[in-house]
Amino acid sequence: MRSVLPVLAVIAAIIALWYAGALALNAKWAREQAARSGTELSLTALVVETMNQERALLPAPHQVLAELWDSTVNKRVTSKRSLVFHGWITLQATLWGFALGVVVGVGLAIAIVYSKVMDMSVMPWAIISQTIPIVAIAPMIIVVMSLIGIEERLVPKAVISAYLCFFPILVGMVKGLRAPESAQLDLMRTYNASALQSFFKLRLPASLPYLFASAKVGIAAALVGTIVGELPTGALRGLGARILVGDQFGPPIRIWSALLAASILAAALVATVGLIQRITLKRMGMAQ
Amino acid sequence: MIWLLSGALFWAAAFAVNVAVARSRHSARRWARVFVPALFGITILVVWECLVRGLGISPVLLPAPSAIAARFASSGEILWQDFVQTAVKGALSGYVIGCAAAFLTAILVDRRDFLRRGLLPVGNFVAALPIVGIAPILVKWYGFGWESKAAVVVVMVFFPMLINTVSGLGETSAMQRDLMRTYAAGYWTTLLKLRLPAAMPFVFNGLKISTTLALIGAIVAEYFGSPIYGMGFRIQSEAGRLSMDMVWAEIAVAALAGSVFYGAVALMERIVTFWHPSQRSQR
Repeated sequence: MRSVLPVLAVIAAIIALWYAGALALNAKWAREQAARSGTELSLTALVVETMNQERALLPAPHQVLAELWDSTVNKRVTSKRSLVFHGWITLQATLWGFALGVVVGVGLAIAIVYSKVMDMSVMPWAIISQTIPIVAIAPMIIVVMSLIGIEERLVPKAVISAYLCFFPILVGMVKGLRAPESAQLDLMRTYNASALQSFFKLRLPASLPYLFASAKVGIAAALVGTIVGELPTGALRGLGARILVGDQFGPPIRIWSALLAASILAAALVATVGLIQRITLKRMGMAQ
Repeated sequence: MIWLLSGALFWAAAFAVNVAVARSRHSARRWARVFVPALFGITILVVWECLVRGLGISPVLLPAPSAIAARFASSGEILWQDFVQTAVKGALSGYVIGCAAAFLTAILVDRRDFLRRGLLPVGNFVAALPIVGIAPILVKWYGFGWESKAAVVVVMVFFPMLINTVSGLGETSAMQRDLMRTYAAGYWTTLLKLRLPAAMPFVFNGLKISTTLALIGAIVAEYFGSPIYGMGFRIQSEAGRLSMDMVWAEIAVAALAGSVFYGAVALMERIVTFWHPSQRSQR
C-alpha cells in the first residue's frame, strides 16, 4: 500500500508528458492549417486544435480512450471492427502458444534435471536459441506452414509465441526441480520412494513457486510473440493485424487503441497467472 | 534410404560419445563443457542434412544446411550490407542510446525514494507490454532509414534496463552504507565506490536482456518500411519469393549477430563482475 501514491504520481507524470508531446508534435500541422485558411491561432485555440486532430501524429490520451471505448463497447463483438473480436483471436493464439511453451519448457527441464548429457548438451543451445531474433523466423514459419497446407493462422502464431515463452519456463523449472535439498532427497530414499514418487511428492511440489514466477514472465512473452507473429505476415485478424492495418490504411489512432488493448490484455493475463499462483500456493501451504 | 540410415547412425554414435564424456571424470573440465554442446549442434545439422536428402524434402520447404552454407558463402556482400544496416546502424546505435539513457535516468530516479517506489512497479509493467507494436508509429515519425529502427530499439530496451539498474542500485546493505559514512564518503563517492559496483550484476542482466530485444526491434521495424536492404526487408521479400536458402542464410546471420552480441556483453560482465559468486563458480 505504501507505493500506491508514488505509482499514481508516476502514471500522472507519464500522462502529462503524453499531453505535452501531443501538443508539441501536432502543433506544426495545426499552424499550417491555420495559415492556409488565413487565420492566426491563439494559444488556447492551438491547444484545443492539437488535442482533437483526426489524423494526429500523436493522438492525445483521451482520443485513444474514446477510440478504445468506441471499438469495444459500441461495436458488436462479432464485428471485424471490434477490438474484442481481434483481442479474442490474439488471446487464443497466446494461450495455445503458452500451453505449448509450458509443455516444452517443463519437459526439457525434467530431462535436463534427470540426465547429465541433456544438461550439458541442451542447456547451452537453449540459451543460444534466445539470442536468435525470433522475428527473423516468423515470415518463414508462416510461408512453410501454408505450403504444408496449414492455412490456419493460429498454428504459426502459437509456434512463434511458444518459442518466446518456453525459455523462462525452462530456466525456472530447472531451478525449481533442483530446489529440494539433499537432506530432503535423502529422506525420500530412506522411505524407499521410487524415482516417480520422489518426483511427484517432492521435486514437483517444490518447483511450483519457481514455475509460477516464470509463468508470469512467460505469458507476457507469449503475448509479445503472438503480436510479433501477426505483424509482419499480413494477418487479417488479431491485435497485431489491427496495428498493421491501422498503419497502412486506417487513421493512426487505430494503432494506438490496438496497442492500448494489447497492454490491457497483457495486464489481465499476468494478473490471472498471479491469482492462480496465490490460490495454489495458499492451498499447498506455501504462501509467503 | 542410405541417407536416413547414415543419419541415424551418426546420431547414435554422437549420442554415445556424449554420454561417455558426460559420465567420465572429465565432465567438469572446460573442453567437455564446449565439446558436448558442440557435438550436439553438429549432430542436429547432420541429421537435418540426411533427413532433407533422404526424404527428398523440397528446398522450398526446408533447404539442406549445405545449400544454406553455399548461399551464405556466395552472397556475402548482400548479407554484409544487410548486417551493417540492421545490426550495426539500427540495433547497436539504438541499444547504446537506450541503455545509456536508462542508466542515467536510473541514477537520477534513485536519488528520490518516492520516485523509485513509483517507477519500479510501473517500469515492471511496461517491460511486460508488447512494445514492439510501436514500430509502425515510429517508422512514420522518423522515416524509412535506420533512424526509425534505432528509435524503436531505444523504446524497447529502455524499461528493462531502467528497472534492472534501479533495483541494482538498491542492492547494498545498510551495514555497507554505514561503513561508507564512517569513511566520511559523500554521495558521489558512495555511488562510485560502493553502489555502482554492487549494482553491476543487475546492470549486466538488463544489458543482456536488451541485446535480444534490440535485434528484434530493429528487424520488426524493417517490416514496416525500409530502404531496399536490411535483414528484415531481405527476409520478408525472399520469403515471399520462396527462396528459402537466402532466408535461412539471413537467419544464420541474425543468429550469429545475436550470439556474438550477447557473448560480448557476457564477456564484459565476466571482466567487470569477476567478484560475483555466479562468475566465480564457473572457474
